[in-house]
Amino acid sequence: MNALYALLAASLFGCALYMMLSRNLVRLLLGLSLLATAVNIMLFLAGHLRSVRPPLIAEGTDTLRESADPLPQALILTAIVIGFALTVVLSALALRAYRAHGTLNTGEIRSAEHLGDPSAHEAGGDR
Amino acid sequence: MIADAIARGAAVWPVAIPLIGAALTLLVRRSPRIQRGVMEGGVMLMLGASVSLLVRVARDDVAVMAFGGWGAPFGITFVADRLGAALSLVTGIVALAVAIYARADIRARRRKAGFDPLFLGMLAAVNGAFLTGDLFNLYVWFELMLVAAVGLVSLDRRPAQIDGAIRYAAMSMVGASFILIGIGLLYGETGTLDIAHLGVTLVGKEPTLTLGTSAFMLLAGFALKAGLFPLFFWLPASYHTAPISVTAALAGLLTKVGFYACLRVLVVVFGVGGKEVVPGIPPLAALLAAATMIVSVLAALAQVDIRRLLAFHIVGQVAYLMMGLALASSVGIASAIVYMMHTMLVQTGLFLGAGAIARAHGSYDLRQAPGLVRDRPLFTALFAVMALSLSGVPPLSGFWAKFVVIDAAFRADAAWLAVVALIVGFLTLYSMSTLWSDSFWGTTSRQTRVIRTIPPAMMYAMILLGACTIGIGLAIDVVFTFATDAASQLTHPMSVGMTR
Repeated sequence: MNALYALLAASLFGCALYMMLSRNLVRLLLGLSLLATAVNIMLFLAGHLRSVRPPLIAEGTDTLRESADPLPQALILTAIVIGFALTVVLSALALRAYRAHGTLNTGEIRSAEHLGDPSAHEAGGDR
Repeated sequence: MIADAIARGAAVWPVAIPLIGAALTLLVRRSPRIQRGVMEGGVMLMLGASVSLLVRVARDDVAVMAFGGWGAPFGITFVADRLGAALSLVTGIVALAVAIYARADIRARRRKAGFDPLFLGMLAAVNGAFLTGDLFNLYVWFELMLVAAVGLVSLDRRPAQIDGAIRYAAMSMVGASFILIGIGLLYGETGTLDIAHLGVTLVGKEPTLTLGTSAFMLLAGFALKAGLFPLFFWLPASYHTAPISVTAALAGLLTKVGFYACLRVLVVVFGVGGKEVVPGIPPLAALLAAATMIVSVLAALAQVDIRRLLAFHIVGQVAYLMMGLALASSVGIASAIVYMMHTMLVQTGLFLGAGAIARAHGSYDLRQAPGLVRDRPLFTALFAVMALSLSGVPPLSGFWAKFVVIDAAFRADAAWLAVVALIVGFLTLYSMSTLWSDSFWGTTSRQTRVIRTIPPAMMYAMILLGACTIGIGLAIDVVFTFATDAASQLTHPMSVGMTR
């Protein structure tokens, strides 16, 4: 079971990296959210898939028997929310970039590089 | 009763105040004037909270706040030790300088675009990262910092800013994933996330594959955030596009938080500087530091835009911090702490100065900006303090910071690293002197060009930071003693340890 999950996480990492190498901004975006998903599965694995018992103390006893660890799930929940927020912010930026440059090709979106470029002869004063 | 409650939460106020302030500034966003007042009030209160926290920590060694009464290692705690409290104070000073400067630089349009809430949100995240005692909580502060910083970088919605923000956000998200992987592996191995408790749990453990992977994943993630070679290219590609007040705040705060996380996690959790849990971290850190120094200073020499030039110097300065950590000795760690306090103030001051130069000349291009020394002598003197401090000229803080790091390197038998640092220091001086001769000396062919006045708010901000760097330089024995105490607190986690 563990090996299967590990394989799943690994292939997701692979897909995410492949997507992020693309020059298309939307593919980069998808790659990043895929990466976040892969990390989440890995976090899930880090909690060990040993037991399906809920972490409740049985009646009449005062120690917790072998049970599932709830903390990684709380961590994943937090990570999902954060990843979602970041993806939304980045999508907004990608939309803006598309409107400003008329392209999603990161090779052609270079306005940050042109600002104050030392190889340009007479750089226009920005501001 | 109330005073008691406020005192008990001492470790939380530097985070809570800017967070509350951010919410308030959002409520009054229709009126830029009120918004500015709330933001400035929030920054002042935050600075006051940091001062009182530092006073308290200097007395009691540590201030702890366990949320919901769940102490470590079960709940999330805020633990302010000497290092965290001191950095939170420096953050307050940097924030105050930027808030003063923003009176002249951030106009109503930028305030309507959300400068105030984003700035306060970023400050809350920075202080949160400095004060938290929980590893996962640290990751959350990093992400909050990233969102706020991306908003600040793209404040004017210019194409160049959008482009810069995308580069910054994409790389930082990859870094955050590295950090999260490291945290997950570490939790799987130890079953705890409390930083002090992790350190205690791992003492004397045999290095395993999981622990090693986790350590290097965390190092990679934090190094990316700190802007270390080979993962620093996002920084000079994005910082120069932001409004200059924003760039100054980012330059002073964000990369240092990345390094702080490196320091805290590698020293407390993985025992660098004491009994190492995972072997091989210090030599790698030394290589990273040396490569970063050399590459960044050479790249800085090629620049003609002041902001880009200074952005490469941010990278170079972080390398000196990493060098202190790489020595893996208490003196090395103490010297890194001294250097961190110095560089946070001076980097901010330099960027604020760059903004003032651009205000006077209308351009950030060094080739178009000569002759300030004749027309603006007071500003020239202030900028000279910053530039000389960065290059390491006595008696300013930069000299002592470089001195203690290089001295520590010789003591730790890392002479090669010390020699690299000395050569790079010389090149830094050279780079600063070219900036100097281009924008302050020299004559222009266009004599008709008007040099505009520099607003007083910009001057006040620079006076504040200049006074700090001179003050650290003059009182270096006090600062170094404090840093030594902070370093020994880090390397002996038991003394902070299991908090009560």
